[in-house]
Amino acid sequence: MQRIGVFVCHCGSNIAATVDVEKVVEIIRQEPGVVHAEDYQYMCSEVGQAKIADAIHEKGLTGIVVCSCSPRMHETTFRKAAERAGLNPYMVEIANIREHCSWIHKDVEEATKKAVILARAAIAKVNLNAPLKPGESRVTKRALIIGGGIAGIQTALDIADAGYEVDIVEKTPSIGGRMSQLDKTFPTLDCSACILTPKMVEASAHEKITIYTYSEVEKVTGFVGDFTVDIRKKARSVDMDKCTGCGVCQEKCPSKKAPSEFNRGLSNRSAIYTPFAQAIPNVPVIDREHCLKFQKGKCGVCAKVCQAGAIDYEQKDEIVTEKYGAIVVATGFDVIKLDNYDEYAYSQSKDVITSLELERIMNAAGPTKGHLERLSDGKAPREMVFIQCVGSRCADDRGKSYCSKICCMYTAKHAMLIRDKYPDVNVTVFYIDVRTPGKNFDEFYRRAVEDFGVNYIKGQVGKVAPQPNGRLLVQASDLLDNRQIKMEADMVVLAAAIEPNPDVRKIATMLTASIDTNNFLTEAHAKLRPVESPTAGVFLSGVCQGPKDIPETVAQAGAAAVKAIGLLAKDKLLTNPCTAHSDELLCNGCSTCANVCPYGAITYEVRQVNDHGIREDRRLAVVNEALCQGCGACTVACPSGAMDLKGFSNRQILAEVDAICQ
Amino acid sequence: MITGKKQAELIKEISGVNPLKCMKCGKCSATCPSYNEMDIKPHQFVSYVLNEDIEALMQSESLWKCLSCFACVERCPRDVKPGKLIDAARQLLIRQRGQEYLSPDEVPELLDPEIPQQLLVSAFRRYRR
Ligand SMILES: Cc1cc2nc3c(=O)[nH]c(=O)nc-3n(C[C@H](O)[C@H](O)[C@H](O)COP(=O)(O)OP(=O)(O)OC[C@H]3O[C@@H](n4cnc5c(N)ncnc54)[C@H](O)[C@@H]3O)c2cc1C
Ligand code: SF4
Ligand code: SF4
Ligand code: SF4
Ligand code: SF4
Repeated sequence: MQRIGVFVCHCGSNIAATVDVEKVVEIIRQEPGVVHAEDYQYMCSEVGQAKIADAIHEKGLTGIVVCSCSPRMHETTFRKAAERAGLNPYMVEIANIREHCSWIHKDVEEATKKAVILARAAIAKVNLNAPLKPGESRVTKRALIIGGGIAGIQTALDIADAGYEVDIVEKTPSIGGRMSQLDKTFPTLDCSACILTPKMVEASAHEKITIYTYSEVEKVTGFVGDFTVDIRKKARSVDMDKCTGCGVCQEKCPSKKAPSEFNRGLSNRSAIYTPFAQAIPNVPVIDREHCLKFQKGKCGVCAKVCQAGAIDYEQKDEIVTEKYGAIVVATGFDVIKLDNYDEYAYSQSKDVITSLELERIMNAAGPTKGHLERLSDGKAPREMVFIQCVGSRCADDRGKSYCSKICCMYTAKHAMLIRDKYPDVNVTVFYIDVRTPGKNFDEFYRRAVEDFGVNYIKGQVGKVAPQPNGRLLVQASDLLDNRQIKMEADMVVLAAAIEPNPDVRKIATMLTASIDTNNFLTEAHAKLRPVESPTAGVFLSGVCQGPKDIPETVAQAGAAAVKAIGLLAKDKLLTNPCTAHSDELLCNGCSTCANVCPYGAITYEVRQVNDHGIREDRRLAVVNEALCQGCGACTVACPSGAMDLKGFSNRQILAEVDAICQ
Repeated sequence: MITGKKQAELIKEISGVNPLKCMKCGKCSATCPSYNEMDIKPHQFVSYVLNEDIEALMQSESLWKCLSCFACVERCPRDVKPGKLIDAARQLLIRQRGQEYLSPDEVPELLDPEIPQQLLVSAFRRYRR
């Protein structure tokens, strides 16, 4: 029989206002095995923790129950307090009488009753607890960054500067991400390439950073500190070591009709291409779908003109396997498809464009060489209309429920830049709310209105209709003047909602990291652990976690790096001792458990067992304790009841149920 | 005399609309074809119900100007369906006037160009079987 001490916390009035804490102590004191019971204002305070230590020493406690908040809050706090007083930390259990009781009930009598029952269940469990000892696992001092946008680049640089090896895996032929597609950036209007390119160069020149472009993560196994990752290097058809980046192949390639991804399909590129002039690495890839050699079997011009002999049509995809201690996801975003927004005529008119397309049009390297012109007829626009919140803040199934956060600011940027460069062009912005929180952001928007004469109208556009005269009829509300507006525009720009890169689902599954209903990666704690995924060893950087502009992305990228460095700096990690194990006399080797284990921790071996005097060879489940995360899936799946989890044994759980139903 | 509060409840019940979902974007009013003839505009239907000023809504011109084209219902990003509110306000008025229902065979001879289209469209929508 254990000697159990019970500590009931008031949590200020959080618990004490709804649960009669003194009464709980009175009742629990009578429970068999309980040799000490007391209540206190704040058990997590230093005084509260000292009470636990004192009772361990004075009453010789062998088990502790703390009736307080969720174990996710303070289980570690109390376990450490007990450990300092010489008790095995796994002899401490928490009865959650806050989230599971006081916060969700109103009736004091009922809530007090429930608190007693929860305490009894915890006591029943502690009675069967045994001391547990965590094992150790090693830490591979290398980090993997998935996604080479500004988020991935910044995280990589910060980790590498701390002295650790970093690999970046980027899906497209160059690092840089969306930022490389932008022309100028708010709030300071510096040219995007001018501030991004030095960072790209720094990453590629860094001795600790290896960049895999045109590559994707294919498989992830292992766990925090010791991940094993397969990276697929897609065949570039160009030898990275030989290519000098002269660009002759791209010039001479006769197949020039492939839509340029970089210019959002607004211009064409050759089959052999680098996405943009500052691409890193400056080594082209052959897009085999558009290459005449691959499609028709003839051509081979690039191989003939390449002085370096770098073209290699035989190149195959290659799988690189590497070990990592930490993984950072930085897969970024895309703008949503506008197929469901017929009313804005996006697919009917070339002069209705997204803001990202406008970035390319305004850029000197873009489809119109930086001239603002209509894509339908090349004419300069006189009247431009911007529509905000297209597909953001929607309650229907056409759009996204969230605010995309960046579009108010980039719309103000576009409006201002256009009024500055083309003062003859009238610019009207239709908005629902102008959302510009951020340092110097509202001032930026006000400048667009006050200094650049951008016409902001509160009211959403209901319809954009192409007219026979080639212009666009815009129908909108002006809510402040209470009038309906019908105006003709030459170009309409849609601030389309952003959404996480669709690949993220695949990546999250591989990493067992969680995503929310909008496919954004979920953080371990919305406030206190914003750059960590709930999966140990996986960190989040950039827009893959939620909408952000560049300043926020860079700040978060640095934070993710710090968390990863904190992990890589450790030589060893303590492993969770609450792992599964199978009873060799009950296990019949059916493979059910291995099929449900999400961590691949279960294998089978044939061993001789002595079953009541009968010796025979049997196929038995064996759990690799280093891989097992203690999720318990196998223990419920096992048809013979052979699997059991340390710290959460079947007996313990049933004892808790008995105590509750008593 | 039923209060504005009670009337607002009735309107919400008849229309199935939750006016609190409105984010006041004005997209409904943007393309309403009868906008200029309305004294209370489509996006304001929502505020009148929220403010429980149902008498004003029931006395408004808009009641008879809405064409029931449901462009506002279709395009509202918050799925509010403001057109259903005005539809419900009209229902309420008709209920107040008493059970003046027609039998279907009486309809054709009563048709004249002055009858609000919305009345017919809504009636057919409601009573089609
Ligand atoms: C029109 C527009 C204008 C903007 N203007 C501004 C501005 O003026 N100022 C500002 O501060 N912000 C601006 N932004 C926001 C800015 O673009 C983002 O904050 C920034 O790009 C986020 O960087 P990121 O690295 O998180 O994502 P991304 O830039 O999307 O980078 C993600 C990278 O991951 C790669 N990737 C995706 N999936 C995989 C995979 N499975 N495997 C490997 N790699 C993968 C992608 O190819 C990409 O290279 C603007 C955005 C838009 C749409
Ligand atoms: S072989 Fe393919 S990539 Fe090379 S020049 Fe011909 S079409 Fe272009
Ligand atoms: S940032 Fe502005 S434009 Fe974008 S969704 Fe939010 S409110 Fe709308
Ligand atoms: S508890 Fe069982 S299913 Fe869960 S990780 Fe461990 S071995 Fe796998
Ligand atoms: S369109 Fe919907 S959300 Fe917008 S003002 Fe009208 S009712 Fe409200």
